[in-house]
Amino acid sequence: MTAPTIARAPRRPASHRSYRDMLATSTARTLSRRRVVSHIMIGLTCIAAVVATLPLLFILTHLAKQGAASVNWNFFTKMPVPTGELGGGMANAIVGTGIILVIASLIGLPVGMGAGLYLAEQRGTKLANIVRFLSDVLNGLPSIVLGIFGWQLLVRPFKHFSALAGGVALAAMMIPLVTRATEEMIRLVPVSMREAALALGYSRWRTSLSVVLRTALPGIVTGALMAIARIAGETAPLIFTAFGNSFWSVSPTQPIAALPMQIYTYALTPYDDWHAQAWAGALVLLGLVFVISVAARFATRSRFGLGGD
Amino acid sequence: MTDGVAAPIPPATRAEAPEIRIEASAIGDRLYRWITTGFALIIPALLLLIAVEVFVAGWPALSKFGVSFLTSSEWDAVNGKFGAAPAIFGTLVSSAIALIIATPLAVGVAIFLSEFAPRWIRQPLAFLVDLLAAIPSVVYGLWGLLVLLPMLRQHFMPFVKDTLHLGNFALFSGPAYGPSMIAAGLILAIMVLPYISAVTREVLLAVPRSQREAALALGATRWEMIRDAVVPYAKSGIIGGIILGLGRALGETMAVTMVIGNRHEISSSLFQPGYTMASLIANEFSEATNDLHLSALMGIGAVLFVVTIIVNTIARWLVWQTGRNKAP
Repeated sequence: MTAPTIARAPRRPASHRSYRDMLATSTARTLSRRRVVSHIMIGLTCIAAVVATLPLLFILTHLAKQGAASVNWNFFTKMPVPTGELGGGMANAIVGTGIILVIASLIGLPVGMGAGLYLAEQRGTKLANIVRFLSDVLNGLPSIVLGIFGWQLLVRPFKHFSALAGGVALAAMMIPLVTRATEEMIRLVPVSMREAALALGYSRWRTSLSVVLRTALPGIVTGALMAIARIAGETAPLIFTAFGNSFWSVSPTQPIAALPMQIYTYALTPYDDWHAQAWAGALVLLGLVFVISVAARFATRSRFGLGGD
Repeated sequence: MTDGVAAPIPPATRAEAPEIRIEASAIGDRLYRWITTGFALIIPALLLLIAVEVFVAGWPALSKFGVSFLTSSEWDAVNGKFGAAPAIFGTLVSSAIALIIATPLAVGVAIFLSEFAPRWIRQPLAFLVDLLAAIPSVVYGLWGLLVLLPMLRQHFMPFVKDTLHLGNFALFSGPAYGPSMIAAGLILAIMVLPYISAVTREVLLAVPRSQREAALALGATRWEMIRDAVVPYAKSGIIGGIILGLGRALGETMAVTMVIGNRHEISSSLFQPGYTMASLIANEFSEATNDLHLSALMGIGAVLFVVTIIVNTIARWLVWQTGRNKAP
């Protein structure tokens, strides 16, 4: 046996043998050196964790400070006012975001849940694998591409922007998210439950809907809410579709204001009072996303209560 | 089997019930399967429709300029000349900056979270990193525009130029206004970090315990265990996560539009404003004056569509590879 004199750990993934050799030949000095290196590297990963979370804390504190100074009752109840005037708000944009989210959910939830059911129940079939892959592809598309899609499909032919087009563009973002969540939640339902229902004489479709889907429902609600939270802050698709509106509008066929677009518009102006409104809008938007996410987590919590095993 | 059950008809009033139910359930089952299959087929159909619509929208420009659409850097809306080279350049550079900054941090966080972090800190820390992904793009943009840019202009850029005397170096030359490629790269780094870190954490958790125990049993230190036993095992998944982050960075729109300065120019300096494909589309859409200009913007969208699909497919494949190794 040739005892190699390895002073430092090899760079390549070491074979088992080399560790043993290393141990056999390592003096106290090389071992302590390896330990020091180990501690340094662990320390570096710890520093990475700190550095990674710093921007978040930085952004959140800034947002809280700037936003809290400008959020007031008017912000929720009043319409936007020209710069220089006091007491304006974003009532139309808040309602507009709500309307667009409702339209997107009406399209995105049924399609996503239906597709998720299919993927979970037809697991392993060729079509299911293809659909799952394409769903991932759809999920990876930049949101601006979906904006172009909505514009070409529903704005250009009708020659005007509309809340509906915005909802459709966001629904396309939502579908893969809901599909994935539904599939995963349904897969968590124990097979024994399905078998028990079938053994009791339930037909397959009733088993799927009233036993499996119902058991998985809290989890699916969580996934759906996460999807809504994710699309609530989207701006890029809306520039091409909903376009924004400085007046009050709730009509699905008309251009409509939305919170993220309003923030974008105000941020790019040179006016301090509009910047303040943008900060307020950002705080409210983040608050909305946060509330939906927390609601989503609560829905899952009840799943563990209900699910049983 | 269903036929066999239906055959013997018991007498009396309850007789018809079983037969009807079985008939109904057979039809119901078939209907149910058709409906869910229909919903599932909406996804490929939707993707196809998106591809068609985006290419139809961009076709006039794509067919008129051909390859020069990608290679020319002339962008003249008045004379109808459109070349997307500066935007493509900007997309690549800003994404590269983002990945160079975000990758070591994201992988570091993931390793820390999955291997070293004390139990009590894991949940909250993972939550914070995930929260980075929950912040809307436009909020990053707002922060970038009103906080990050002034900071770069007043502190970082003068520091690099004057204190470090790197002002004549090509990467940092030119006037320091704030809106710049480096600002876009920094914002993107913050935005893609949670994606890379989430995937990396996932694949690290997929590495079997035995792999770690074997390395430790052979006398490896904890770091050697990570380097020699865990990371090689999860390598393709980690690379997949990085490429997934790349896909996000390439298509990110609002935050970049707000900080990159929006200028059609290929500059060697990271302190100079530029354009990315997505920010070009978003920024010029509302001011596009003629159909060819609009179509040129949509054509860039079509290029972006193709590029992100390729990038994401590679990423998914790599992540899937790691998942497949899980068996032993």
